Amino acid sequence: MPLVSIRDVRKSYGPIEVLKGVSLEVEKGDVVAIIGRSGSGKSTLLRCINGLETYQSGAIMADGIEVGGVRANLRELRRHVGMVFQQFNLFPHLTAAENVMLAPMVVNKVAKKEARAVAAEVLAKVGLSEKMDAYPSQLSGGQQQRVAIARSLAMRPKVLLCDEITSALDPELVNEVLRVVEQLAREGMTLMLVTHEMRFARDVGTHLVFMHHGKVHEQGKPKEVFAAPKTPELQQFVGSIG
Amino acid sequence: MLQFSFWDILSNLLIATGWTIILSLIAFVSGGLVGLILLFMRTSQIKPLEWFTKSYIEFFQGTPLLMQLFLFFFGIALFGVEVSPWLAAWLALTLWTSAFLTEIWRGCVESIPRGQWEASSSLALTYIEQMRYVILPQALRIAVAPTVGFSVQVIKGTALASIIGFVELTKAGTVLNNATFRPFLVYSLVALIYFCLCFPLSWCAKKLEGRLNAAR
Repeated sequence: MPLVSIRDVRKSYGPIEVLKGVSLEVEKGDVVAIIGRSGSGKSTLLRCINGLETYQSGAIMADGIEVGGVRANLRELRRHVGMVFQQFNLFPHLTAAENVMLAPMVVNKVAKKEARAVAAEVLAKVGLSEKMDAYPSQLSGGQQQRVAIARSLAMRPKVLLCDEITSALDPELVNEVLRVVEQLAREGMTLMLVTHEMRFARDVGTHLVFMHHGKVHEQGKPKEVFAAPKTPELQQFVGSIG
Repeated sequence: MLQFSFWDILSNLLIATGWTIILSLIAFVSGGLVGLILLFMRTSQIKPLEWFTKSYIEFFQGTPLLMQLFLFFFGIALFGVEVSPWLAAWLALTLWTSAFLTEIWRGCVESIPRGQWEASSSLALTYIEQMRYVILPQALRIAVAPTVGFSVQVIKGTALASIIGFVELTKAGTVLNNATFRPFLVYSLVALIYFCLCFPLSWCAKKLEGRLNAAR
């Protein structure tokens, strides 16, 4: 059974249909890169997977849990589906370690000492062992985003959703974040990334999805798709990115 | 005939001031507690709860505090329950305070960026947990100044309790005026005492506001 399966999902904001029947399957260990123009529905799709957005029809199953279901299911789902945002969204009143420790302690009822050990482990993984007790405002954008990744990892997610996580970063800070994601991919983490980093999508992704006008327009192995895009829309898109 | 010196008047007023302070404090604290519960209901996104708190707030903000005092003082008596001025004043001021504090605090909660809600949702926190660990600690910082500022309104609001016979500063002033026939002196002193209670609070609120704005 696929880890995430999306079947014919439709969503509209009022009269505007942003997802027009999207289907997609993600297996364990897949690194799915979702690309497309802004407004193509790629972020909305990602946000539907952990229930941040609702959808009108179709079905999404993540880790065996129906996303459109009742509230209790959503909590169970989110324990296993992590998300990292474009704007980091760290909790500014908490230190890096406290940001990471919050969900394990509150949701999983892990003892403080144990949570602190987990925080040390995941912050080390993203290369921020020295910054455990720093507040977000004392960190650079790249460091903040790495703390946000660590915060998700602390819940031991089965799949990590990354919503344009380098788009708000200064160019020189992009690579430190991508390196962390690449390492996660190598370790077998299942990833779904909405991204504008085409080179990263090609080199690290195992599967590429091109979204256009609320639909999966073209998909396949990243290297093959980039080398020979079939549809004129993707040809144009790849061309415009350069 | 009994003679009242200036000091007699002043000392009697000061004793009554104690009751004004006590009523203000109790109304503020209990109003704050009720307000906090209402705040959770108001921001819960559960329609019936939101609708209830909205109407509650509209009622207490949209009618004069004096009417609310009358309603509690005379209204409850209709059911055969004896209501002391003290109890009626406490109840009315508590509910009135809670309505205003809920609105003030709702503004503070809504000023927290949506990303904070989304990030904490994604980490599987429930609404109550989000409020407790993520939203309120941040909203509190913003809320301090307007909350302190509003406490001035509560102190001034207690003056109305004099009309249902609760002996606080204003009522004591009225009684002393009836005995001395020196309204200008008596009410000047009453006003001065209110000012001495309220001014430090509004000054404090202004200070806090400035400091928080600078911190941003």
